[in-house]
Amino acid sequence: MNLTNYLKNRLDPLYGGIENPEIKRKILLMTHVVVGYPSLEANWKMLEAMGEADVDLVELQMPFSEPSADGPLFVKANQEALLNGMCWQKYFDVMTRASDNFDYPVLMMGYYNTAFAMGFGNYCSNIRTNGGEGFIIPDLPLEEFGDLFEHSKIHELDPILLCTPTNTEERMRKICGHGSGFIYCVARKGVTGKNTELDVSADKFLDQCRLYTDLPLALGFGLSKDEDLRRLHGKAEIAIVGSALLKTWETEGEIGYRKHLMSLASARE
Amino acid sequence: MTAKSLNPDASGYYGDYGGMFIPEILRTTFDELIAAFNEAKLDPRFWQSYVDLMQTYSCRPTPITPLLNFAEALGGKFQIYCKREDLNHTGAHKANNCMGQGLLVQRMGKKRIIAETGAGQHGVASATMAAKMGLECTVYMGAIDVERQRPNVFWMEQLGATVVSVTEGTATLKDAINAAMRDWAESMETTHYVLGTTCGPHPFPEMVAWFQSIIGQESRQQMLKMYGKLPDKIYACVGGGSNASGIFLPFLEEKEVELIGVEAGGHGLDSKLHAARFSGGTVGVAQGYKTYFFQDDEGQMMHTHSIAAGLDYIGVSPILSHLHDQKCIRFTAATDDSVISATKLLIRTEGIIPALESGHAFAAVVEEAPNIPDGTQVLINLSGRGDKDIFNIAEAIGDEKWDEFLRSKAKSNEVNSVSKF
Repeated sequence: MNLTNYLKNRLDPLYGGIENPEIKRKILLMTHVVVGYPSLEANWKMLEAMGEADVDLVELQMPFSEPSADGPLFVKANQEALLNGMCWQKYFDVMTRASDNFDYPVLMMGYYNTAFAMGFGNYCSNIRTNGGEGFIIPDLPLEEFGDLFEHSKIHELDPILLCTPTNTEERMRKICGHGSGFIYCVARKGVTGKNTELDVSADKFLDQCRLYTDLPLALGFGLSKDEDLRRLHGKAEIAIVGSALLKTWETEGEIGYRKHLMSLASARE
Repeated sequence: MTAKSLNPDASGYYGDYGGMFIPEILRTTFDELIAAFNEAKLDPRFWQSYVDLMQTYSCRPTPITPLLNFAEALGGKFQIYCKREDLNHTGAHKANNCMGQGLLVQRMGKKRIIAETGAGQHGVASATMAAKMGLECTVYMGAIDVERQRPNVFWMEQLGATVVSVTEGTATLKDAINAAMRDWAESMETTHYVLGTTCGPHPFPEMVAWFQSIIGQESRQQMLKMYGKLPDKIYACVGGGSNASGIFLPFLEEKEVELIGVEAGGHGLDSKLHAARFSGGTVGVAQGYKTYFFQDDEGQMMHTHSIAAGLDYIGVSPILSHLHDQKCIRFTAATDDSVISATKLLIRTEGIIPALESGHAFAAVVEEAPNIPDGTQVLINLSGRGDKDIFNIAEAIGDEKWDEFLRSKAKSNEVNSVSKF
């Protein structure tokens, strides 16, 4: 699959000449699962709900013992998933089942030491074999990618790069220049899980990223509500909702989770 | 005078180790820090202002003490000296790095500092620096360490710092570092992260080693002046590696000087309850840098153990990893038990109370004494004083009178707090 074309086609049914009239969205939705938390059974219910809501893209996080870019909720999720015995084998089983059973493409998300310990070749071939389309590594700046770009190409994976509002223009140009699939735009400073006030500065940041790339722009960190998605119509191509959904699962259980997910899904149109 | 130390390449690597594995949000902050540090490093007045500050505020140059009785107790066939970093203000070599970074913070014009701490020494030194320099200060400390090192928490709070008890992960030093990084990812515009050891992303290993190299520079001059020659062997304990880097680096070019790093052997290297990265670790990337980590086959960090909170850490300086591979430094480990007995011996024979961290370096000398040739000059870095460890040492020794004191103190506190209502 060409991830960029898939995304553009989801927004514009006529893009690339592939007719797909039932889908016409003003923004796409990417959701997140920390694999192994609260349990593999709960993860499966989340993934099913995402399938039913026709979510556009899903990132599956491989837990790490030092999740330094994550906020309190995901830190707890990483930690407890590992305590419950999360490992590569179980992680990739979930990835295979998800890609076999649902229409949405899945991405591997996780910290660099996992890729380093696995070896770049194995890392990329495991993602490809288990049905993943790309990966996001929040603690890997592009200077440190090394052979990882090569291995991604061999296995036809998109390495998703992050762009942030604190980056200089020169840096943004560089990141966007190396980008693949889409650009993950970090809405604000800090870690995952705190609310973000979407204001003019976020719009400006997106406009700036747009100058340097034709790839779809995804905005993440702190999005939680359907209004957040509507606010982004015409400004970003993808809205990323992670911690907020997990929080709903924790406080309101599966029913509340499905409701939250549906409200986000319907805010795409 | 400027410091001589090992320089990293342009990407912050020492051989295969180091680098900058940072979230993109902090990129600009790191670029600014690198620029500010490089500028300060090239400015001889900056180093001079650092030396002046340490001489007027922190007892530098710290003396070198010959340990005649301690050497006698080990057979008396070789000489032992120790570099008295315990006499620094706040009681450890940590003051060097904190005051140095404090001067850098002033240059950068930031108003707030954050720090992580394990044993609490770096936290106290950071809080002290913040108090002196008029900066706001937050210290992140693992909840388990907060418990082990209550006296240091007390002093940090008295010095005006906010101490945040970190309950995530293993609730020790590594988790405090993660928590500080998370704070910084949000507060970087006004805040500087005073990392306490020669670990973390570039430029921290280089910067901390640079400030700490004042230990080795002084030692060189003092040994030459007082004893006419450089030491034959230098021992230093290794947690993150800041006191070891500080005393070792200025001797790196001297092929005749053997450098020995002593890691935490905990309950023994076979027990898995230790923190000897060069014995039980493998190369990985976490907390922003590449080095030897105590980790499992899938790259998940494992529990470390040491009687000394300051050595109880998963990673080790990339500078030391490089020098380990190059065989420029020999590494060994000392067990908790051997540390307690070496610590007791030093207290009894010399009237010097070392921190349990520093006790590791003494334990290694005791252990290796039978094989040290006659007439050898041994220099040990006494990186910190042991007052802070009174609870742990008393417990390890099993002092009944101390236990009784704690019980009666707790009881009288209870009575007092009840009588207030």
